[in-house]
Parts: sequence; structure tokens; C-alpha cells
Amino acid sequence: MSVSASEPGGGRLARSPVPLFAWLLGCVVLLLAAVLLSLMVGSAAISPRTVLDALLGNAHSVEARTVIELRVPRTVLAVVAGGALAVAGALIQALTRNPLADPGILGVNAGAGFAVVIAVAFFGVSGVPGRIGAALAGAAVAAAVVYLIGSMNRARTAGPVTLVLVGLAFGAVLQGLAGAITLVRPKAFTLMRHWDTGALNDRTLAMVAQVLPLILLGLAIAFFVAPSLNAVALGDGPAKALGVRLGPVRTGVVAAVSLLCGATTALAGPIGFAGLMIPHVVRWLFGVDQRWIAAYSAVLGAVLLLVADVAGRLVLWPGELPAGIVTAFVGAPFLIVLARRKEASGL
Amino acid sequence: MSTPVKLDTGRPEWAVRTRLLSARMDRRTLVVNLALAAVIVVTALVSLGVGDIYVSLPDVLATFYGGASRADTVVVQQWRLTRVLLSLLLGFGLAVSGAVFQSLTRNPLGSPDVIGFSTGSYTGAIVLIALFHAPTAVISFGALASGLAVAAIVLALSYRGGFRGFRLIVVGIGVSAVLSALNTWIMAKAQLQVAMSAAIWGAGSLNSVAPDALPVAAAGIALFSALALLYGSRIRALELGQDAADALGVRSRHTQIALTGAGVGLVAIATAVAGPISFIALVAPQIAARLTGRGGWSPIGAGLTGALLLLLGDTVARVAFLPVQLPVGVVTTSLGGLYLIWLLVREARRL
Repeated sequence: MSVSASEPGGGRLARSPVPLFAWLLGCVVLLLAAVLLSLMVGSAAISPRTVLDALLGNAHSVEARTVIELRVPRTVLAVVAGGALAVAGALIQALTRNPLADPGILGVNAGAGFAVVIAVAFFGVSGVPGRIGAALAGAAVAAAVVYLIGSMNRARTAGPVTLVLVGLAFGAVLQGLAGAITLVRPKAFTLMRHWDTGALNDRTLAMVAQVLPLILLGLAIAFFVAPSLNAVALGDGPAKALGVRLGPVRTGVVAAVSLLCGATTALAGPIGFAGLMIPHVVRWLFGVDQRWIAAYSAVLGAVLLLVADVAGRLVLWPGELPAGIVTAFVGAPFLIVLARRKEASGL
Repeated sequence: MSTPVKLDTGRPEWAVRTRLLSARMDRRTLVVNLALAAVIVVTALVSLGVGDIYVSLPDVLATFYGGASRADTVVVQQWRLTRVLLSLLLGFGLAVSGAVFQSLTRNPLGSPDVIGFSTGSYTGAIVLIALFHAPTAVISFGALASGLAVAAIVLALSYRGGFRGFRLIVVGIGVSAVLSALNTWIMAKAQLQVAMSAAIWGAGSLNSVAPDALPVAAAGIALFSALALLYGSRIRALELGQDAADALGVRSRHTQIALTGAGVGLVAIATAVAGPISFIALVAPQIAARLTGRGGWSPIGAGLTGALLLLLGDTVARVAFLPVQLPVGVVTTSLGGLYLIWLLVREARRL
């Protein structure tokens, strides 16, 4: 069933299983370092020793409470959200065979956002569970539209640019309508203008715990379909010939992307570009096997969002720049460089 | 010169040939355009009549030919005429701009939004509204300037010995993403009232446009449309691809730059007057192509369709929820959404 595709260009650092595993461990160490950094850095700098004491429950100072009550939740959220978004991006890119696919660019985040606006404006939803439900539904509908466009890709030669443009137009419609609704519902307007920035602060561990099962389910599906996606990378015809049933694979990917993006967006707001950048870097460094791509994306996506969040706390110190804004500022130039490279223009 | 070559395009045509000038006109295109013009006139007359004060059709006509009551004349000519004419003009300009960008990117989904103009002008407006509390005229001007600056950045970043549709689109997405992140952040930081008025500007609206915008908009749109039409004869060669265009003797860079200038100019005027109005530029050229039955470049048909769409949209925005007037951008966005859904359903059926 699994096909280990090897492509020139990918896998600069490692290709065979043992080095790949070693590098993955290295990435996990990097993640732990980023977690520690995220616990230490902020409007008040806290020493690693105090952080450890606080985590072990040995300290009860103001600093320790800052770590436990403010920084631990946002760090956990950054790890969960970053990993989820990067895996979702890798899945969409593999399914549509489109290197530009990203939950943000294809309008999945906009779908989740639109549904949250509707829920807040017309159904008086105010709590986190209601928002999660709405965001999941919105993300699922938007991902299904992507699915539809993805299947169109098979019948006709709609290129990657067309897919991106349809996603963009679709996102613009949803954002426009959400904007119109918020103009007449001030309560929704107040909520959405903060939610839209993609900030990770002011969330509690209890809120993260509410979305965690959904994200774990999404990740499980992702690792389950990854071997089949290796075959899909060869084209739909060869994939079928290799015994991949495309229908269940597509459904699985759409379900996983909806879960991952919907749950993340419900809690953290629309965070763009993590899903675009990380799979690219991973493919470049570690090759094109989807199973490894999913594993590396989960770890490095978490690192990216942690670093973005920490950077956001530092650039306007003692103020903060929301993590979603930071990823856009880093990710967009990445996209432009990608488009200007010669190989990319022949997509 | 040599004897004229009779070229069979497989469609009924009318040809005018004189010593100085010869022109071919596709018969169906001409009929469609005339029909569109007629529909526009009727819709405009109806639109002049409807609103919170109703004026019947004969009374609307009477305000132009004499014999109308003073009240009717004020309502029709002073209150509504400017707005109807502006919606026609801006709709025409946006649609021609869309036709230009769809040809340049060689993609039916290309639109001036891809070069980041709308997002850029929104950034300018938000900065002026939220940080400087600027008056309306300054906001229009600042939005125009920042939109042009962003368009210039996108074009410069995607220019590499000519524009490739793909590169233009992706660079535009990237630059727009940075700016919309900035927009979101300023909106979140601003006071509620200020953020609200910035959001209203961003929706795109003709609700409070000053009458003196009309002559400026008319002159600008006429100028840039003429430029687009002038270079239009070469665009078919460009649509074949840059190499083919070069082989046919079309100076492709020159033409691309002139057309881009015309397209940006048209969308700039519309945005300065009314804020970013979405989807007219995307949808109108496609509808026109379906009506005339020929794909590709047909700027007049696209322009007339755009004029009709924006007039209809603005009329709906004005009267649908009286006494509240919606921004026309809300209506055009919904329209764009319906169009996309229709497109998806149609494509899905083909499978």
C-alpha cells in the first residue's frame, strides 16, 4: 500500500528511516527549548529555575503564578494549534497536489470565522463550546468545498492557481458577509475584531482541554491516511492502480482538516501561513514521505507558533503583537519568495 | 497597402471598410451590447424613481422633459441622479479593469484584487481614520495613494522580464496577507467607534458620496477606459502567450505595462470614490463573455454588464431595508458568493 516516493530536491538533511528518526528527536528537543523560552519570556522575564520550581509546584511567588496561570495555557495552546495547523496544511497540499494549498488561503479559516460570526450574532452564542461547534461546522463546509474543487481538478485541468483563486474568492465572500453582519451587530463586532488577530493569550487550560480531543482525533486520522497520500502524490490513476480507494482517503483528509482547523480556529482565531510554510520546509529538509511529513509538521508547526508568539511578546515590549499577525508577517514573504523561484513558476 | 484579407471567423459580422479605417464588429456582440444599454437606461429610470420617496416612471421622465413638480425634480435630479450615474460609471470602470486583469493573468478568476490594490487602499484608509481621524476627502486621497503604492510594490516584486500570471497572483496574495494582518491589528487596537467607521469604509459604499466626485470620476474612467480599449487590439495576441505575441510583432512588455496602468487606474478611481467594492471586476467580464458567446477580451460588453450590476446592486442596497441603507459592497459580495456557488454546482455537474 505504501509507496516511498523519492524526489530530487526533497530530503536535504535525511531520507532513510534511522537518520529521519534521529532528526525527529532533535526537533523534539528544539520544541522543548521553545516551550521553555515561551515560559520564560514576556513583559516580565522569569529565570529557568523559577519556571521549573513553579512547574513542580515548589514556588508560590507572583512570578510562579504568572508562569502557571498565564504562560502555561498559552504555551500549550501554541503547541497544539501550531502542530494542528501544520499537519492540516500538509494534508491539503498532499491531497490537492498543490504546494500553495493552505487552510488560510483556501478559505477554511474564513469558513470557520464566518460560522462563528453567525453563531455569535444570530444565536447569541458566547461560550467557548458553542464557538467550537460553529467553527467546526464552518470549517467542514469550507473544506468540503475545497474537496469539490479538488475533485474537479481530476476531471479538468484546473491548475493550482485556479484552486487558489477559487479559495481566495470563496474566502472573500465569507469575510465580506461576516464583515457586513458584524457592522449591524456591535456585540459580534467587538468580539470578532479581537478574535480575528489570532492571539493566544487570555485562554485557560480548560478551554484548551475542550478542543484537545478533537485535535487528537484529527491527528490520528492524518497519520492513518498518510501512507495512502504517498500514492495519491503519483496521480489519481496510479494511486488507484496501487489499490488506494480515493473516496475514503479524500473523506478522511477533509474530516481531519476540518477537525484540526476548526478546533484551532475556534480557540485561537484565524492563524495563517503555519500550514503553508512548515510542510514546505519539511519536504525540503526531510523528503516527501507523507508519514514523516506529518510527524515533522506536527513538531515543527508547534515550534513555529511558539517562536511567533514569543517574538510577538518581544517586538512591542511590554506590549504584544498577536501570534497570528506575526505568522502573516513571516509567512507572506516566504510565499513571495516561493513564487519568485524559477521552479515554482512552472507549477 | 495590400488587398484586404477576408478572414472567416465563423461568426456573422458587420464590417466597415474605408480608406482610413476598417473595423469588424461581431454581430452578436453588437446586439448584446445594445440590449445591455437599453436595459441600463430602463433600470436607471426605475432606480431614479424608487426610494423612501416614490416617484412614478412618467414623473421621473417629466423631470427631464419639463412639467414635473418641484419636489419630484429635487428628489430625482438632486438626490438620486448623481448616485445612479456614479454607480454606472464605477461599475463600468471596475468591469473593464477586471477584463484587463483576466486577460493579463490569462485566468478567468484574475481580478484587480489580486494585485492587492483593495487591501492596500483599505490600509491607507484605516491608518488615516484610526490614527489621524482624517476628514473624508483626505481619506479618499490617502486610500488612493496607499493603494497605488501597494500595487506598485506587487507589480515590482512580480516583474521579471514581463508579468507571469501565476507570479502576479501569488505575490499579490502574499502582500495582501501582510496588509490585512496589519489592518486587523489596527482595528483591534482602535477605539470601537473608530474601528466601526473604518469597517464601514471598508465595506464599499455609495451612501455618502459627494456630488463633486462625479466629474472627476467620469474624466478618469473615460481616460483609462480609452487607454485599455486602445491597447485592446493587441491583447488577443498577448493571450496566446508572451512568445507568440513577440512573434506576432506585439511589443508585449510595452502593452502589458500600458494595460496594467489602465487597469490599476480604473480600480483606483472606483476605490477612492466608494471604497473597495468587490466582485464586480471578477464577475462582470465572465457574464459578458457568456452573453456574447465568445471568451476573452470584450471590454465594452464587460463594462456595460458591470455598470448594470453595480446599478442594480446599489439600488437594492439603497431601498431593500429602508430606512436603513446598506453599503453596496455587501450586496456585491453576496452576488459574488451566489456566482461562485453557481460556478461550483455547474462544475460539479460536469463530472
